[in-house]
Amino acid sequence: MAIIEEPLALTSGEQHAERPLGVLTRPQANGSWKDWVSTVDHKKIGIMYGVAAMFFFLLGGLEALLIRTQLAFPESGFLSADVYNQIFTMHGVTMIFLFVMPFAAAFANYLIPLQIGARDVAFPRLNALSFWVWLSGAIFLNTSWIVGGGGADCGWFCYSPNSGITFSPTNGVDFYAIGLLITGIASLVSAVNLAVTCLNMRAPGMSLFRMPVLTWMLLVTQFLLAFALPVITVALLLLLFDRQFDSQFFDPEAGADPLLWQHLFWIFGHPEVYIIILPSFGIISEVIPAFSRKPIFGYSFMVFSGIAIGFMGWGVWAHHMFVSGIGPISVFAFSMATMFIAVPTGVKILNWLATMWGGKLHFSTAMLFAVGTVTMFTIGGLSGVTHSLAPADTQQTDTYYIVAHFHYVIFGGGVLGLFAGVYFWWPKVFGHLLNERRGKIHFWTMLIGFNLTFGPMHVLGLQGMSRRINTYSSGFGFEFWNLVATIGSYILGASVLYFLWNVYKSKKEAPNLPAPGPDPWDARSLEWSIPSPTPEHNFDEIPVVESQDDWWFRKYNIEDDGSVVRISSAEDAAQKGDAVGVHLPSPSFWPLVLAIGLPLIGYGVIFNLWLCVVGGLLTGGAIYAWVLEPVDDPDADGHGHDDHHDGDDPDGELATVGAAGDDTEGEG
Amino acid sequence: MATATAPATDTHHDAHDPHATNTGISNNKLAMWLFLSTECLLFGALISTYLIYKTRGNGEVLPTDLFDIPFTSVSSFVLLMSSLTMVLALSAFGRNDLDRGKAWLLVTAMLGAVFMGGQAYEFTAFYEEGLGYTTNPAASAFYTLTGFHGAHVSIGIIMLMSLWVAANQGKLTGKNSETVEIVGLYWHFVDLVWIFIFTVIYLIPPE
Repeated sequence: MAIIEEPLALTSGEQHAERPLGVLTRPQANGSWKDWVSTVDHKKIGIMYGVAAMFFFLLGGLEALLIRTQLAFPESGFLSADVYNQIFTMHGVTMIFLFVMPFAAAFANYLIPLQIGARDVAFPRLNALSFWVWLSGAIFLNTSWIVGGGGADCGWFCYSPNSGITFSPTNGVDFYAIGLLITGIASLVSAVNLAVTCLNMRAPGMSLFRMPVLTWMLLVTQFLLAFALPVITVALLLLLFDRQFDSQFFDPEAGADPLLWQHLFWIFGHPEVYIIILPSFGIISEVIPAFSRKPIFGYSFMVFSGIAIGFMGWGVWAHHMFVSGIGPISVFAFSMATMFIAVPTGVKILNWLATMWGGKLHFSTAMLFAVGTVTMFTIGGLSGVTHSLAPADTQQTDTYYIVAHFHYVIFGGGVLGLFAGVYFWWPKVFGHLLNERRGKIHFWTMLIGFNLTFGPMHVLGLQGMSRRINTYSSGFGFEFWNLVATIGSYILGASVLYFLWNVYKSKKEAPNLPAPGPDPWDARSLEWSIPSPTPEHNFDEIPVVESQDDWWFRKYNIEDDGSVVRISSAEDAAQKGDAVGVHLPSPSFWPLVLAIGLPLIGYGVIFNLWLCVVGGLLTGGAIYAWVLEPVDDPDADGHGHDDHHDGDDPDGELATVGAAGDDTEGEG
Repeated sequence: MATATAPATDTHHDAHDPHATNTGISNNKLAMWLFLSTECLLFGALISTYLIYKTRGNGEVLPTDLFDIPFTSVSSFVLLMSSLTMVLALSAFGRNDLDRGKAWLLVTAMLGAVFMGGQAYEFTAFYEEGLGYTTNPAASAFYTLTGFHGAHVSIGIIMLMSLWVAANQGKLTGKNSETVEIVGLYWHFVDLVWIFIFTVIYLIPPE
C-alpha cells in the first residue's frame, strides 16, 4: 500500500540513478529546511499550501482595504483611476486563485488521504509539483507590480477588448494570463492526482459511499477543476497570443467576436464558483455533525446533491452574460437552469438544518463558523436566485448588488467554511487547540465586519452604484452606505489579524495545556483515529472500514432499544502512532526545479525569448531527472529518517544524461 | 462502484502490486485517462473557436480556400497507421518480444514525424499563398488549433523515442509494458483528435 507511485522505466532496484543529472543529491529527511523544499508528504504539502494561501489572503485583503479606503468618501483622490483598476483586478485574482483555491487545496491535500485511510496521495511527487508550480505562478503573477508596469487592470474576468493592448498597454495582462496558466497547470495536476487518490487508494471496506462528505465534495471539486481548467487555458492562450503574437482572436475590427472570451471565461468561471464553494460545504458537513452529536442527515442526499451541483454547474455560465445580447432563447434556458441549480443547494442547506435539529448542539468556534457559513451562504444564495430572473438581472448587472452577492457566496459561504475547518482540524495538524475564547471573538468580529462591509452593497447596488468605477459623485445617496462598508472592511481586516494573533498565542500557550489527544471533538471520520499531530506515516495499520462513520462506531454502540452506549474511549480505540519501518516515498528536489522553470518561460514570452530556452531546458531536464529517479530511494528506509546522508557532493560531476525514460508523469 | 473490493494485502505494508487499487486500474493508467479527459475540453474549446471563426475576416484568404484534401488525406492516413503500429508495439512488449517492440516504437515515431513533416509543408504552403498567422481570425484559429495538435504529436514522438532509448538500455521490458500502454493511450488519443479535426475542419465544406 505504501508504494504509491510505480517507478516507470526501471525494471528493478539494482539500476537506480542516485543522481540522475549529477546535480542534486537525493535528499534525505534530516530535519532541515530541505525537508520542506523536497518533501512529498501530503501533510507537509498541505501545511505549505495553507501558509502560502494565508499570505496571499493578507495581500488580497490589503488590496481590498485600499479599494474601500478609496470609496469611503465621494470624489476621493486616494487612488488614481488607473491604480484603482489594477488594485481591484489583483484583489479578485489574488483572492480567488491565490487564496480560496489553494486554501481549499490545503484541506484536500491534508485530509483526503486521512479520511480514506491512505498513507499518501496516489502520486506524492506530483503533489509536491502542484504546490511548487502553484507558488511559482502566484509569485510570477505578483511580480507584475515590479517588472510588468503594474498589475492587470481588466478585472478578474478580463473581458476583451479591454484586455487588448490598446486598452491595457502595460504587461499586467500578460502576467495575468501567464500567471493563471501556470497556476492552472498546478490545479490540473492536483485534480488528476487527488481524483486518482479518491478512486484508487481507499482503505479496505472504504467504499465510495462510505467516504466522508468532505472527501466526496473534494472529489467532485477535482472533477470540476479537471474539466474547467482546460477551457480557461485555451481562453488565456488566445488572449496571450493576441497580445504577444498579434493573432486576431478578440479584435472586432478584424472580424473577431469579443463574446468568445466571455463564453470561454464563464464556461470555466461558473464551475469555478462551485470549485470554491464545494470544499467549504464539505468542511461544514463534517463540523456540524460533530457538534450536533448526530450523524449527517441524509448522507446520500448530501452526496448526490453535491454531484448534481457538479453537473448542473456546467449549464448556467451564460447567466453572467444576460446583457451581452445572447438572444431570448439562450436567456430563457440559462434562467431556468440557474433556478434549478438552487434546488440541490437548498437540499444541502435543509440537510444541515436537519442535522442540527434535535441534536445536542455545542457551539465551539468551528461550529459557529459552520453555522455562520450556512446562514451567510443562504443570504448569498437568495440574492443569487434573484439574478436568475433575467429582467431583474438586467437592472443589477455591473452594480454593487452583484458585488454584494458574490461576496456573500464566496466569503460568507466559502471563506467562513474554510475557517470552520481551520478551527476544527487545527489540533489534528499541529497537536494543540486554537484558543476557543479568542476564536469566538475572531468569529463575531469577522461576522460583523463582513456583514457591515457587504450588506450595504445590496442597497448601493439597487440604488444604481456601478461597480469597477474608482469613485462616485456626492448627492446620489451613496455616501452613508459606502462609509459603513469601509468601516466594516476595517473591522474585517482587524478580525483576520486577530486570528493570526490567536494562532501565535495558542502556540505559545500550548505547552502548558493538556494535549488534545487523538479525538478532541469526539468526531466521526478516520483522521481522528490516529494521534495528533498526525504521525508521518499516518496510520500504523491501514484500517479496515466496516461502515460509514466507522471511527464513531469504534467508540459507540447502538443498542437494540436505540440508545447509544459508549464502548471505548477515543484514546483506547485510537492507533498509537508508534509503528516503525513503515515504507514511505522518498523526498525529491525535482518538483521544485521543474516549478522554477515555468515562470522563466513566462518571463521569456514577455521579455526575451532566450529566457524561454533556459526555462524550457530546466523544465525538460527536471522531467527527465524526475522520471529517472526511482520513487523509492534504495538507500533510505523506514520513515526516511536516515543518517547516512552524504550531503551535497561538491565534486559531483555533471553526468551525461545516459538514460531516458518516458515522461508520462510529466504529462499528467 | 459502491462495492469496491478491498485488496487482500492492504493491511500489510508490502503490497507492491500496482494493481492493488480499488478500481483495479493502476494509478498511472487512471491518471492518464483523467488527463486525456481534460484534453477533450482543451481541444473542444479550440475546435469551437475555429468553427465560430472559420469564415471571419475582411475579405482576406481563408483556410478553407486553401485546403488540399488529397494531401491532408494522405498525412491523416499516415497518422492513423501509426496507431496500428503503436498497438503492434504494445503487443510485442506484452509478449516480451523486445526487438519487435523497439522496431514498432521506432516505426510509430517515424510515422508521427512524417505527419509533422506534412503539417510543416502545409503551413509553409498556406503562408506562401497569403495566409499568415495574423491575417484574420480564421487564420489565427486554424493555426492555433492545428498547431496545438502538432505540439501534442511532437510530445508523443518524444515520449516514444524515450521509450525506445529506455528499451535499448534494458530499462523497459515486458514487465513494465504498462508504460508502453500508457504512452499508447496518449498516442491513440492524439490520433483520435486528428480524425475529428480532419472531418470537422477539412472535410465539411463551409456554408
